[in-house]
Amino acid sequence: MSQPPKILVTKIGFDGHDRGSRIVAAYLRDAGMEVVYTGPWQSIDDVVTLATQEDVDVIGVSSLATDHLLLPKLMDALRAADLGHIKVVVGGIVPDADAESLASAGVARVFHPGSTREDIVGDVGDLAREARAGNAVA
Amino acid sequence: MSVEASPAARPPLLERLLEGQTVALAKAITAVENDTELAPELLQGIQPRLGRALVVGFTGPPGAGKSTLVNSLIAELRARERGVGVVAVDPSSPLTGGAILGDRIRMTQHTRDPEVFVRSLASRGHLGGLSPTAARVIDVMDAAGKDIVVVETVGAGQSEVEIAEIADVRIVICAPGLGDDVQAIKAGILEIADILVVNKADLPMADRTVSQLKNMLALRAENAPDVPVLATTATKDEGITELVDAIEERGHVASDEERAARALKRVQRLLAEATGQRLRRLIRGVDDGTIDDLCRSIQRGELSIDAAAGRLLGKLDLGE
Repeated sequence: MSQPPKILVTKIGFDGHDRGSRIVAAYLRDAGMEVVYTGPWQSIDDVVTLATQEDVDVIGVSSLATDHLLLPKLMDALRAADLGHIKVVVGGIVPDADAESLASAGVARVFHPGSTREDIVGDVGDLAREARAGNAVA
Repeated sequence: MSVEASPAARPPLLERLLEGQTVALAKAITAVENDTELAPELLQGIQPRLGRALVVGFTGPPGAGKSTLVNSLIAELRARERGVGVVAVDPSSPLTGGAILGDRIRMTQHTRDPEVFVRSLASRGHLGGLSPTAARVIDVMDAAGKDIVVVETVGAGQSEVEIAEIADVRIVICAPGLGDDVQAIKAGILEIADILVVNKADLPMADRTVSQLKNMLALRAENAPDVPVLATTATKDEGITELVDAIEERGHVASDEERAARALKRVQRLLAEATGQRLRRLIRGVDDGTIDDLCRSIQRGELSIDAAAGRLLGKLDLGE
């Protein structure tokens, strides 16, 4: 049986502008992925619980208003929950200086404005396969 | 991986699943959903533990309020201290295979409750309102010790009645103002209901929909089982206590024999599915031109389709 990549598309924090995350969710769906879409205003604990229950390969976080600064905390929480194999990507408005610190916190990829559908779909697909290989052990 | 199914050789995942650990439950569902190499042992190992959960199925047209109603229902079930598993199925694209799984958007108030486990499944080309492995996923939740497993089908039309074979209590949700009283007496989805719910009961047409459904029920045979018609407004948590009462009553009404018969039917269905899958795999493995020859004979009118199918089966090596 085929195993489509499973992706959680979410927003953390107080910003409710979710059009971007919806568009990306539709891109991933159209590329044959199964996308759990949560809507905005999730807490870090919520995202960890959702990722656990849904056993996703990649978490995509949309950030337009500095919510990306919460991502190092999300990375810690994922590792603490034994979900270190999950790849985390962020898309939206992320200043270059922040992108560097996110990378060192373990965020796999930052999609800046201007990223194409092909960039996003290709990278997320690759990361999902990588994550699933790392999650093969039960 | 061929390990004898003795307790000592149990894979840790199975043990952790039977202890009800959340991460193990999630991983076990993935194994079963994707039919990985762990799946056969897991499914074998959980069999003796099955049949304890009450499986409650929710079906109805898109937008009737299934997810919202399930959300209110979970709150009431938790107030009654039941552990809840939810299987929420959304459609896969027939073109790309992709899916947006959005049922949990309406269930966020329960995310932090460790006794509530929600899993979204894509239908993956399966017709009938569920996914190819939904029945197995329900079994895994049962084995993990959930008291109630709530199953939400894809938004269903008139014939997505597969849930009837899987659930102990079948609930069909309608919204006010859809269709007329002739539609209500058509065969299909309404017939499978143990409980009929008119959700969005705060809308103007609700009373009329309730009375149409009651009229439909009155036209059934005299010995037909009693089907309550309940009005709910899920967004305001109205009518939910009555709904949970009705569900629990139905759950108790089912006798041990009835439940055993239903369990046997479920296993029969799983066996039939697995056998069909193997057959399809065997047929795909026939690459010596036999199939093309049979097809041409059919096209020329020399052979009936049924006879050709018989010959193809005769060619297959059906052993172990």
